[in-house]
Amino acid sequence: MFKLARYLKYFKKEVIIGPFFKLLEAIFELIVPLVMASIIDNGIKNKDTAYVLQKGGIILLLGFMGLIFALICQYCAARASQGFGTMVRNDLYAHINSLSHAELDLLGTDTLITVLTNDINQMQLAVAMLIRLVVRAPFLIIGAIVMSMILDLKLSVIFLIVAPLVSGVLYLIMEKSVPYYRVRQKMLDKVSLITRENLSGARVIRAFSKQEHEVERFEKANDDVADIAINVGKISAFLNPATFAILNIAILVILWFGGIRVDEGSLTQGEVIAFTNYMTQISLALVVVANLVVIFTKAAASASRINKVFEMMPSLKEKEKVMTDMHTDDHKDNGDTDKPFISLDDVFFAYPGTDKYALEDISFDINKGEVIGIIGGTGSGKSTLINLLPRFYDASKGTVRINGIPVQDYPINRLRGMFGIVPQKAVLFSGSIADNLRYYKEDATIEEIKRALEIAQARDFVERLPQGHDTLINQGGRNLSGGQRQRITIARALVRNPEILILDDSFSALDYVTDANLRQALRENCKDTTVIIVSQRANTIKNADKIIVLDDGKIAGIGKHDELYKSCQVYREICDSQIS
Amino acid sequence: MTADDKSNRVVLKRLISYAKPYGMYLAGAVISAMISVLLSLLLPVFLGKAVDFIVEPGKVDYDGLIRTIIYMALFICGSSVFQWTMSYCTNKITFYTVKDLRNSVFEKLNIVPLEVIDKTPHGNIINTMVNDIDTVSDGLLQGFTQLFSGIMTIIGTIGLMLSINPGMGFAVILLTPLSLFVASFISRRTYRKFTEQTEIKGEMGGLIEELLGNQKLIKTFSYEDRALERFMEVNERLHECGVMAQFYSSLTNPCTRFVNNMVYAAVGILGAISAIRGRLSVGQLTSFLSYANQYTKPFNEITGVITEFQSALASAKRVFDLIDLEPESSDEHLPADILADGRVRLENVYFSYDKNTPLIEDLNLDVKPGSRIAIVGPTGSGKTTVINLLMRFYDIDKGKIEVSGVDINKMQRRTLRSMYGMVLQDTWLFEGTVRDNIAYGKEDATEEEIINAAKASYAHSFIKRLPNGYDTVITKEGANLSQGQRQLLSIARVMLIKPPMLILDEATSNIDTRTEIHIQKAFARLMEGRTSFIVAHRLSTIKEADLILVMNQGRIIEQGTHEELLKKKGFYHKLYYSQFNNTQV
Repeated sequence: MFKLARYLKYFKKEVIIGPFFKLLEAIFELIVPLVMASIIDNGIKNKDTAYVLQKGGIILLLGFMGLIFALICQYCAARASQGFGTMVRNDLYAHINSLSHAELDLLGTDTLITVLTNDINQMQLAVAMLIRLVVRAPFLIIGAIVMSMILDLKLSVIFLIVAPLVSGVLYLIMEKSVPYYRVRQKMLDKVSLITRENLSGARVIRAFSKQEHEVERFEKANDDVADIAINVGKISAFLNPATFAILNIAILVILWFGGIRVDEGSLTQGEVIAFTNYMTQISLALVVVANLVVIFTKAAASASRINKVFEMMPSLKEKEKVMTDMHTDDHKDNGDTDKPFISLDDVFFAYPGTDKYALEDISFDINKGEVIGIIGGTGSGKSTLINLLPRFYDASKGTVRINGIPVQDYPINRLRGMFGIVPQKAVLFSGSIADNLRYYKEDATIEEIKRALEIAQARDFVERLPQGHDTLINQGGRNLSGGQRQRITIARALVRNPEILILDDSFSALDYVTDANLRQALRENCKDTTVIIVSQRANTIKNADKIIVLDDGKIAGIGKHDELYKSCQVYREICDSQIS
Repeated sequence: MTADDKSNRVVLKRLISYAKPYGMYLAGAVISAMISVLLSLLLPVFLGKAVDFIVEPGKVDYDGLIRTIIYMALFICGSSVFQWTMSYCTNKITFYTVKDLRNSVFEKLNIVPLEVIDKTPHGNIINTMVNDIDTVSDGLLQGFTQLFSGIMTIIGTIGLMLSINPGMGFAVILLTPLSLFVASFISRRTYRKFTEQTEIKGEMGGLIEELLGNQKLIKTFSYEDRALERFMEVNERLHECGVMAQFYSSLTNPCTRFVNNMVYAAVGILGAISAIRGRLSVGQLTSFLSYANQYTKPFNEITGVITEFQSALASAKRVFDLIDLEPESSDEHLPADILADGRVRLENVYFSYDKNTPLIEDLNLDVKPGSRIAIVGPTGSGKTTVINLLMRFYDIDKGKIEVSGVDINKMQRRTLRSMYGMVLQDTWLFEGTVRDNIAYGKEDATEEEIINAAKASYAHSFIKRLPNGYDTVITKEGANLSQGQRQLLSIARVMLIKPPMLILDEATSNIDTRTEIHIQKAFARLMEGRTSFIVAHRLSTIKEADLILVMNQGRIIEQGTHEELLKKKGFYHKLYYSQFNNTQV
């Protein structure tokens, strides 16, 4: 938690001024009972109306000043906590952006989203409370005790007993009930799990006519939730009555011993009333402290999650001396055309945190302008393989070269700038279709966009949409069909006119006619582009210049369709099994 | 607004009807609240009396003091006990009602037409099931007792003040509108800023979801810098709005404290002057001061409760929307004892998901016992629709489907569905052991039957290799198994019940070659002698079928055997040759 405290130094003013004014307000609040005591003891006893009015005015003034001070403090708290949250959010998001695929895998999207939203909000709340209450509540407790000591040292012993007693009760009840809340959350997760299972499995459940069984299963889980909630309710129901009872009994004790002290002449009637007031203040402040403990415990957990992300360092780094002035064209000019454009040399790869190789002993060359097909079953390593080319991961062993230069020697943006990638999942972003097409190339002209849509076989349907390419994408593209989304993601990669186009199983939602037309258009329009098509369908890659067959992370064969069909058993099996 | 109020009242009424079975607890909570509030309100009166017994040295009435203290002690104990019983009763009503609500929603989900489940985003349903119902419990049910005790406190306080000293009581009442005015002024301001903040927060959440959810994609675009810019822009707006929203909302406490102070000062001044004139004792002044000290508190609480109430009502409405879904037509009166003989007949069947776009039109099919029907066609051509109709997951619009010569609308759904064994491409497993998952269709299956079914579906060998064999717990709908393994388990599940007819959806891809061979063998064994409908992707399945239905754009455009269809040189011919070279065929 303290590591994040460094952000507070930008809000020094607020962090000092806020609590200071809060303190003043609290002091004023402590003076009020004293003034009231003097009204009773002097004003009423001496029948001095002017005195009463004067002191009453002071109480009003104290209240008004207290209001002003409180407002200053609240404003400081709002500025500091919101500012703190905003800065941490920006820095954290920038940091997440610097992480490479390996760290993203380790952290997981869900965690990152929770950290960036909930955890930072939790910290923000803690900062606000720090300014608003951390000074006030303990000060009120200590102040009330000190004031009572000044009034009457002997009688103040009651406070020294009551304060720890109330804290003890609060602590005990919280300690007993908090673990239950965690259990309840787990039980509730079970309820949502069964609901989710029943929604996704509705067909199977009905096919087996198991509805009643599922209802029983749900009711059992639901009973558990209710039982635990009632149990925890029984415990936390003690909180209010217990503090209420302790406080009021303490007031009774004050009355009794106060009576004796007044009789002795060491205390006045007004001061006894002041004592009871302080008692009320203490008990209210203690409840606040209990809440603060909860808030700060939560904030500490959030802070440690935030720090965990901050501590994660990107594993992929640019070399200190990267070839910044490199141009791929240079090599062509130098007559380097005999060198393969992309080459992999004895590449091995294992995902971080695993020791099993996902790719083993991969070597092949790709020439400029070739169309390459990569085929194999799930888990055979197709997507992993293409992730190594733009250096989303570094190979564990072996070298990946582009233009004869190891990918590690390129500046990362320069390297990735050569690629146009169409991912497996056709993800579109919010915004218009044109906005989406500009993700790769911010300044793409309408002509470039139209051309890309044309090649991707998307121009017709986009133009038929009511607003053409200005049509807005809803909810990740719900308003488009799977095939339409896929064609737009292909167009998105084409807008950049990339040197290397990677299509990672990107034809799966296309019918076979569109699939064929699209491949034809690519052949005609992107002659200089090296195209790498990953697919499960033999038909899609059948006409490639070179087909790489992967099986369980190893190369099972490389060659043209006809050769492979004869020589490679894995390939033949795939071809023979398919018609769809 | 009035329409809104009316529907709110309807929602509230229904909610109360759910709490009705626990009326005893409700009565308990209300009575407890009344007693505990009353007793705690009496305390300041007695505090005042006690103070009057302690005037100055020599003027302390110990007998009176001890008597008052004993009374007060009794009140304190009584009030504490009833505070506890109030919480206890509220808890019971709340959690039992919530439990019943959840059960009703869940039961409804199991009897609504499948169409509803297909059309509604599952996230929304789960959200209502978990979060909305929790909001209802927090806001409406817990809020109810708070509201009740708040109102009781205000009424009680006013009454007691008037009875002690009507003049001063009126003075306090006159100050009440002030506190209401301040509260409403702040809450209106806050509400506006909060709505704005909620909007920006929503935008921020959407952006985060979109950017972080696709972080790897962002990196393929080298879009990081622009993403950060967009993020910072929204974050800055959130910051500006957030500071004001937080500031306004944090005004409530200091402002009401100030109003309270004014009441306190006014009571102090007026009280002291009355005391000087002899119309009020010091003790009575003390009672007044205690009341004044806590007078605005219930107002604050009630304002808080009302906002919670509103969001709880909105949640409750969503819950009742689910509960009110129209269930499938009842079939309890229909015959259940029909045996499958393997005959299936479709006669002039019409069906569409959406009345404007006709899908299946005039479909006729006569399936003889034991024959294999292969359904082929491009993705999205409506192959699954046929399965939906055969299983009566959806009702046909026109025409007739007969099984064993009986109209499927004239038998119980469970009878029809028990005739088929179904294996879908989207396999479904639930959280439970492998054994429980296989025995899903036959709970009383013996260990031997289960193992035999697993062996027959080639699942036994991989199950044995799992960490705990048949007792391995399947997590998150099967995340710890490969897709092929999941499909083998669903086949074993069907193998165990030995259904008279089959509906199979072949997996298109994503399965390694060895598992795929096992699945094919398992399918083949399952189909022996049974009428089977197969959504087919494999050449061998198609070639061996007795009848191939070729579907495109929701319609069956050709039917016949493999040879017949090839001779026709139609769609099937094109489909077939687009996929394979002449050399391969």
